[in-house]
Amino acid sequence: MAINIIKEKCIGCGQCFPVCPADAFEFEAYDGNKLGKVAKINAKCTFCNQCLTACKFGAIEEKKIESAVDLSDYKDVWVFAEQRDGKLMNVALELIGEGYRLAKEISEDTKVCAVLVGDGIDHLAQECYEYGAERVIMIQDPLLKNFTTDAYTKVIVDAVEEYKPELVIYGATHIGRDLAPRVAARLNTGLTADCTRLDIKVSSYIDYAKNNTTLDTSTLDPNDPSTGIKQTRPAFGGNLMATIVCPRTRPQMSTVRPGVMQKRDRVEGAKGELVEYKPNIAESDIRTKIVEIVKSAKEMVSLTDADIICSGGRGLGDPSGFELIKEFADKVGGVVGSSRAAVDAGWIDHSHQVGQTGTTVKPKIYFACGISGAIQHLAGMQTSDIIVAINKDSDAPIFEVADFGIVGDLYKVIPEIIAEWDNAEALYDATTK
Amino acid sequence: MNFQLTKEQEFVRKMVREFATNEVEPLAAEIDQEHRFPVETVEKMAKYGLLGVPFPTEYSGAGGDHISYAITVEELSRVCASTGVICSAHTSLCCWPIFNWGNEEQKKKYLPDLLSGKKLGAFGLTEPGAGTDAAGQQTRAVLEGDEWVLNGSKVFITNGGYAETFVVMAMTDKSKGTRGISAFIVEKNDPGFSIGKTEDKLGICASSTTELIFQDCRIPQDRLLGEVGQGFKVAMSTLDGGRIGIASQALGIAQGALDVTVDYMKARKQFGKRLSDMEALRFDVAEMATRIEAARLLIYQAADMKDKHLAYGPKSAMAKLFAAETAMYVTTKCVQLHGGYGYTKDYPVERMMRDAKITEIYEGTSEVQKIVIAASVLGK
Amino acid sequence: MAFKIIVCAKQVPDTNEIRINPETGTLIRDGVPSILNHDDANALEEALKIKDKFDDVHITVITMGPPQAKDLLIECLAMGADEGILVSDRAVGGSDTWATSNVLAAAVHKVGDYDLLFAGRQAIDGDTAQVGPQLAEKMDVPQVTYVQKFEIADNMKDIRVERALEDGYEVIDIQTPCMLTAIKELNTPRYMYMKGIFNPDKDIKVWNAKDIEVDLTTVGLEASPTNVFRSFTPKPKGKGVVVEGDTDKDLAKNLLIGLKGKHVI
Repeated sequence: MAINIIKEKCIGCGQCFPVCPADAFEFEAYDGNKLGKVAKINAKCTFCNQCLTACKFGAIEEKKIESAVDLSDYKDVWVFAEQRDGKLMNVALELIGEGYRLAKEISEDTKVCAVLVGDGIDHLAQECYEYGAERVIMIQDPLLKNFTTDAYTKVIVDAVEEYKPELVIYGATHIGRDLAPRVAARLNTGLTADCTRLDIKVSSYIDYAKNNTTLDTSTLDPNDPSTGIKQTRPAFGGNLMATIVCPRTRPQMSTVRPGVMQKRDRVEGAKGELVEYKPNIAESDIRTKIVEIVKSAKEMVSLTDADIICSGGRGLGDPSGFELIKEFADKVGGVVGSSRAAVDAGWIDHSHQVGQTGTTVKPKIYFACGISGAIQHLAGMQTSDIIVAINKDSDAPIFEVADFGIVGDLYKVIPEIIAEWDNAEALYDATTK
Repeated sequence: MNFQLTKEQEFVRKMVREFATNEVEPLAAEIDQEHRFPVETVEKMAKYGLLGVPFPTEYSGAGGDHISYAITVEELSRVCASTGVICSAHTSLCCWPIFNWGNEEQKKKYLPDLLSGKKLGAFGLTEPGAGTDAAGQQTRAVLEGDEWVLNGSKVFITNGGYAETFVVMAMTDKSKGTRGISAFIVEKNDPGFSIGKTEDKLGICASSTTELIFQDCRIPQDRLLGEVGQGFKVAMSTLDGGRIGIASQALGIAQGALDVTVDYMKARKQFGKRLSDMEALRFDVAEMATRIEAARLLIYQAADMKDKHLAYGPKSAMAKLFAAETAMYVTTKCVQLHGGYGYTKDYPVERMMRDAKITEIYEGTSEVQKIVIAASVLGK
Repeated sequence: MAFKIIVCAKQVPDTNEIRINPETGTLIRDGVPSILNHDDANALEEALKIKDKFDDVHITVITMGPPQAKDLLIECLAMGADEGILVSDRAVGGSDTWATSNVLAAAVHKVGDYDLLFAGRQAIDGDTAQVGPQLAEKMDVPQVTYVQKFEIADNMKDIRVERALEDGYEVIDIQTPCMLTAIKELNTPRYMYMKGIFNPDKDIKVWNAKDIEVDLTTVGLEASPTNVFRSFTPKPKGKGVVVEGDTDKDLAKNLLIGLKGKHVI
């Protein structure tokens, strides 16, 4: 879907130039209009389609590329139901829920199938049914007990080739993001990483876009019958959201960020169809050897579950600033988070990082202390119920998303908040009397 | 005329900026307050070749040019003027005279260790009674057999406490005035050579400024740098180049102060307005930015002329005069713009203002620069 | 024979510096510097550490990008890499991760024998983390991603790595040739060496699609299985209130009153 300039319609006004985030427009000489020039797209184009609605004269269009394979051979939605140590990952349950929703958007008879890979995991099938899976494809072998790229890739590729699902979704975990690209490359199909939103129907995509984005939806047809997946993810460090399609190859594949999709309510005793798939796997297929798996003794951060997060950023000035943040978090019953800048500076472990490449959080209160609000940070916390920003720079972008902004020195303000925290009720009552 | 930095020079700025941000800036306030020479930073500068920028690789230099050297000192000084002068004094005042005046054996013996930063260098010219009047040297060197015997002392020697190689001026024939001065290479462990008092200074507190004491200091005959009686020429040509280093230090201080002040002005609100929105203060910023840019152009021009072996002495004097006064002007203004906070050690402009003052004094006071410049315009 | 390492690196905009123009909703790229992608710098650093430790190690850095991506190779060489290769061709523009891995695989084939392929886990502009594994697949070598610790035995064959997991790590043995992807925990990248910046014998090659003999039906926009359908900026949340107060204590008190009023504390 390249971008095409219709020379006959272009008047050479250059109005489209500033719309392009990649600076990909330039002029070329053309003697068919008054200005003697038309817009041209150079190699910097990232095909983001931002410019499609920029031309008042309808001179910018998408160039469609035809599909090569018969897409109708492929059916059903697969969820890679990741398990570790015989326990399903939370994201697997979320994806079964999302897979169910997507399957029904495709058609009534499209099924959501959980793919279980491991050894001695018969008991997990029932849990998958109870969270919405209509079918379980069970792939077990002693060689599959722990995840290895080689073994898991082989059995999933074999199963995909046998059953031909039209969509396979994986959790964007360290395992999912290792496995999925390898599977996609072997199957020569498309894969979209770390999605935060999936849509089948154009109409539901339009609803999503209208409510949450700045996208001009006027070029979209709500009655478009296409059932290809629209995979939305942060791009460009979270500065842009991009919706990716996979129009010509199957299966379509996505990895999906944990914590974003909704689980279905558990239905005790739910039934489903079990398909035992006998893997064809030999020890010689596996070129890596797991020596041991170490559970980290790292302090549990659990940003995702926190009601209150106190995050520090570059504005702390030095690593010792996190001592104040920790004291603050202890006082308010929160956990410590951080911006990428603070992690990059080596001030705090990556496990505390909130944002595009860290954890996505949605606490009741998010305190951003000395965080300027680089967009990739905002991407990970802007859906928090209440955001409080404390920053010296009143121009800092964090204030654009903050519900409460304090322009000041965090080293002076935070100790005061700590001191007054327990008096909040009395202070509030005093103002309402 | 070409005012664009080369690709290499741009990379030098990128590299030193990153180095300075990660390795130098975090220590700047601490080493200033503790008056602590940053040995660990010097080791890192050595590792990355920051102590031998404008010298050929055959002597373990980086193979760079003098604009790159100026950028190096500028970027270090932008966050820490003490670190900047460690590099500048070592490079301009010790490595350069050995490189330029030394014979091949001396260059092979001393430069690899100096340029790779294994050893730090210093330069001894100033004496208690011979500052601006450098010709009044009291330190004497007498040839006894195959050894030179040095007696006397030097003061205000940058890197003194940490250097291992010193370029030292001494009078070998008092009757000949400046033509009776000769230059020598002295090693830290030479007999009769010791380091005296360490100065307690207003600024550049993390740099080491000491006295050098020579009491029957015996060094081999082959430590003579250049010919007998060439010492004054060695010293003056060295200071011509040194001024590029100190001008770059001054430039870095000024730029660093302006950068932190701009950040402050955007954040600080008074009378419901950000400082950065107040016209009078915006004019201050315009004035500072313009002077800084003018200083930069003078410095890079002088450095470029040095690389091209043109007579750059008056140019480096102008660069040093203007950059030093700019540093003093800008840092004073920046403290003012910070108000009371600027007078505290909580903000780096306080340190920067103290650091700036020395650039008007050492390696030729502003008055000396004017003598040099005036002589180039009016004749001697 | 030399131990040959190929590092795949990418020049990316420093996403920390990117801002959105609030009026137009477009990216402000002016003055945003292009940098060596962080994770790739970790991959290069680990390769350089191998070179520091063992004799006869040769490091080639491959990047794909526009002509100005040559700067990235200059930087990598100044850090200590031996050779840089830029694959630059309009025909490969618009490649998704699958097509990009085809380009890189062709370039690796053209380079010839290698012992180790090293890349960053992901690039900060795309954050896909897919190209590494997909290149490994095209080269038919085993992979370990999320490498946080690396050791190679003196036989230059047996490698032991730690692979980071969300709740710990795995210790994995793997042998050359193989593909590893680095994360920031692996090491601290060095700076450029001053000497490296002025090295006049920079070994940098620029190859086009023809040079790497890549099948043109497998690269570029039209061959890419995935395409961008739409892109847009997220809707900013409505502006909140600036807490007023003459002293820090007043600011704190007024904030708490505000939070209480929202029933969140």
